[in-house]
Amino acid sequence: MDLRRNANPPAIFSAMAANSKSHPKRQLSLHQQDTRTAWLLLAPSLVVILGVTFWPILSTFILSFYNAPTGINQARTFIGLTNYTTMLKDPTFWETIGRTLYFTFVSVSLELILGLAIAQLIHSHPWGWQYLRFSLIIPWAVPTIVNGAMWRWIYSADFGALNGLLMQLGLIKHYIPWLTLPNMAMNLVILADIWHTVPFVALILQSALATLPEELNEAAAVDGANAFQRFWQIRLPLLRPAILVALIVRTVEAFRVFDIVYIITNGGPAFKTITISYLTYLNSFSYGKQGTGAALSFLISFFTIIMAFVYIRLLYRPEENQ
Amino acid sequence: MHYRKFSRNLLLFLLTIPVLLFIYLPMLWLISASLSTQVELYAVPPNWIPPHPTLQNYMEIFFPSQAASSVPRTFAVSLLNSIKIASAVTLICIVIGSLAAYALVRVPFKFNRTIHLSILGTRMIPEVSLVIPLFIVASRLQLINKPIVLIIAYMSFALPFAIWLMSAYFQTVPIELEEAARIDGCSRLGILFRVVMPISVPGLISTTMFVFLLAWDEFFYALIFTSTLASKTVPVAIAEFVGRYVVNITGMMAGGVLAAVPPVLVALIFQRYIVSGLAAGAVKG
Repeated sequence: MDLRRNANPPAIFSAMAANSKSHPKRQLSLHQQDTRTAWLLLAPSLVVILGVTFWPILSTFILSFYNAPTGINQARTFIGLTNYTTMLKDPTFWETIGRTLYFTFVSVSLELILGLAIAQLIHSHPWGWQYLRFSLIIPWAVPTIVNGAMWRWIYSADFGALNGLLMQLGLIKHYIPWLTLPNMAMNLVILADIWHTVPFVALILQSALATLPEELNEAAAVDGANAFQRFWQIRLPLLRPAILVALIVRTVEAFRVFDIVYIITNGGPAFKTITISYLTYLNSFSYGKQGTGAALSFLISFFTIIMAFVYIRLLYRPEENQ
Repeated sequence: MHYRKFSRNLLLFLLTIPVLLFIYLPMLWLISASLSTQVELYAVPPNWIPPHPTLQNYMEIFFPSQAASSVPRTFAVSLLNSIKIASAVTLICIVIGSLAAYALVRVPFKFNRTIHLSILGTRMIPEVSLVIPLFIVASRLQLINKPIVLIIAYMSFALPFAIWLMSAYFQTVPIELEEAARIDGCSRLGILFRVVMPISVPGLISTTMFVFLLAWDEFFYALIFTSTLASKTVPVAIAEFVGRYVVNITGMMAGGVLAAVPPVLVALIFQRYIVSGLAAGAVKG
């Protein structure tokens, strides 16, 4: 699409003519004009992004080498890598990483399995499939905090729907304070997260399924492949790009989970649902240790930037842009 | 054969039922609870359908009386804050983001690819990594609790997202159209405003919607940058009240329902754009 190389003479002449009318003194080449226009169009966004993204991330990186208490009149002192080494020696940090990886792994795998199943279900066009697809949009659009609050109330020990339901089914004899059970809390957060994210994965995979050629599937059916074989050997390989997109986006987001944990459990019971983002938040804004918080957050960035690299490699197709 | 087809359809239909129940039951319970009184809510066994449904909880949010507790009052204010902030963010992102996206996709210049990749890459930086310096500067400039600080902070995720969506859309605009305009003597900016923008309206609509939903959903920055009742956005207002022991729990549930209504309505009205946007890899987690 390069206009510079492929431009046919009339384009250049007319552009030059137009240009010479407006700027009789300075004769800019088409290329120089393009460069100027590009910077002009980019300028507002670049200023904003440099200000709210590049500068803060750099600043956070620098802060991670300081002891930076948040109190009044407390000076920052340069302490080199101490924030990082202290963090790496702290068992709490490793427990938190383990918990965050548990959350990420369990919720992303469930999302993928259920999402794929629902996508395939819609694709099989059962009665009311349009209604099912329409319904999936609703949990996806409900704000994360409302979703979290809703599940917190469902799990409530005093009036929650979960207790009410289990009691009416005769499965429990008295109400259980679900969110205070150390081994349950994280799984309940995962269940709430899944309600919000499975529809997203299902919608992505369903729209990918809809673009696949039906002929292959039909040909395989004629050759005697059963539905199961057709799914595993034809649909699934063709869906790989869409699955990768869903997988990576969800992994990155699950690894930095904060909102839903904050609202459902506040990190409790007994710190059993503290994730890495939550630990960063606590260090920076509750414990008054911004240096430690910066080091932690930089670690999250580091992980996600690696993910971003993979992500862009998979999604970005330069031949369409240059 | 006819029988086999029928049983297949019936089986698939039976499979959709648990999915639909999983989607709707939690929401229906929330809505039902928001129409109950406090006493009805605490009944054991629970009242799945409120025996005396009332709109009282909603009325108090829209027309807070003098006697109303701070829950309904806060809600009305925070709804307004959320609308203002999300609209401002969306407007700014659409205007400057679409200009940038066009430059990156269709105007050849030297650092094109590098800049495009860096902007896409910033989408992966989590908010926690940016918030400390932003917070320090905002405190120094005494901008904490002002809507402007949230509008600026939200740019860090909304703008790269808008640029990404718009650049994906501009790539689908046929290059021949632009070349034809160029031959007719149109300048780059002329092409952008007279040829490309008018046919990119669907892309602009879907970007507007995705960015609005993203800004409406945002919680972390709002939690850090606001501390007064007058400055909170809806997600923070909900979180604050859920966290403590609240007397007016049904009022909070009505608030939760109200907070979900605008994004759900927007998403359902523009359903078509979401499905095509998701297909293009547009993603709001």
